[in-house]
Amino acid sequence: MSGKLRHQVIATYKELLEMGRHYPLGYTYFRDRLHKAFASQAHLTDEVKIQEAIKRADYVKKEIGALYYIKRYRSLRQRYP
Amino acid sequence: MYSSQTNKCLLIDFWHSVAERESAVRGRLECLPARMSKSLRILVPVKRVIDYAIKPRVNKSQTGIDTAGVKHSLNPFDELSIEEAVRLRERKKTPVSDILAFSAGPAKCADTLRTAMAMGADRAIHVEVPEDQPLEPLGVAKLLKAVAEKEESNLVLVGKQAIDDDSGQTGQMLAGLLGWPQATQASKVEIEGETVTVTKEVDGGVDTVRARLPMIITTDLRLNEPRYASLPNIMKAKKKKIEKKTLEDYGVDGRRRLKTIKVEEPPPRKGGGKVQDVDGMISKLKELGKIWAFDVLPFPSSVSRPDGFLTLNATRSNLE
Repeated sequence: MSGKLRHQVIATYKELLEMGRHYPLGYTYFRDRLHKAFASQAHLTDEVKIQEAIKRADYVKKEIGALYYIKRYRSLRQRYP
Repeated sequence: MYSSQTNKCLLIDFWHSVAERESAVRGRLECLPARMSKSLRILVPVKRVIDYAIKPRVNKSQTGIDTAGVKHSLNPFDELSIEEAVRLRERKKTPVSDILAFSAGPAKCADTLRTAMAMGADRAIHVEVPEDQPLEPLGVAKLLKAVAEKEESNLVLVGKQAIDDDSGQTGQMLAGLLGWPQATQASKVEIEGETVTVTKEVDGGVDTVRARLPMIITTDLRLNEPRYASLPNIMKAKKKKIEKKTLEDYGVDGRRRLKTIKVEEPPPRKGGGKVQDVDGMISKLKELGKIWAFDVLPFPSSVSRPDGFLTLNATRSNLE
């Protein structure tokens, strides 16, 4: 893996880890799963494939952000009708 | 002489444009402050509250809520107001020269302000207030008045309420103190030049108000979708400045005027019961003392209703 891609992957991992701090099922739950997900892709050597995987991780990031927003929105809407 | 229809229209017109007229009059009287600053200087007051997902617990002495070791975060309604300020900048319709986040509270409020800056605020002011002596809405409003005047803000975007004490007063009090027009519980904000049009959700529809800058807008839940403060942005926000101030700097007295006598949890909800049939329900209601003799009511014992609702034959024979 080239240095640049390696940096990108690590940064993505760190960002996801940080997002996991607010995960509803707990940080450890999230961290273990995240670790597994990244470890399962560790064998990738093709640069294009790695870039695809990073894109997927970015997508997951967006999804988690949306999950947090919707969870908060719903509970607030319930509280303040 | 007006016909009643014209009268009505005039009245409606009057009430709908009270805010507009007020600001127009002010514009004529003291046109300088509003005219001088063409670009928006937005003040966004934020509060650090117990996270929405956490169930608050009453402390042992029943004087308040346990806050020690509990996760805190930025008040969700304040997130909406920061997001709106950032979106106003991104829309590029009116130039936004400054987005100032402001918070008054214990030292940990700095984290809240960092989050605000990670979402897009330019700088922040933190007024240190001891944790056991929090400010009341009036105190906050007085403080915000001083800040808005000192920083020459011309738009204050404030959450409609904080989710911890649910007062929902600060924005309105601030508008009263400053003498600025206010638009509460906004679900849409449009700014063109110096005219601000705010749509608010009311029962059974929407209400549109218009006023001229400077003004105060309190944000409702459906105004926008706040962005997530991502790690890179949090890191960038660490370079932005937080000014530390005290209450004395603004000449505000933070003394409390209200005394909390007792805080209690609501009584646990009792489960419901099932009844076999209508007679069973009536006897149950009678048992609970919710109904007395129906037959004294001045309508026939059996009322046929076209809307298909269940009608009880409430005669004495049925009740006894």
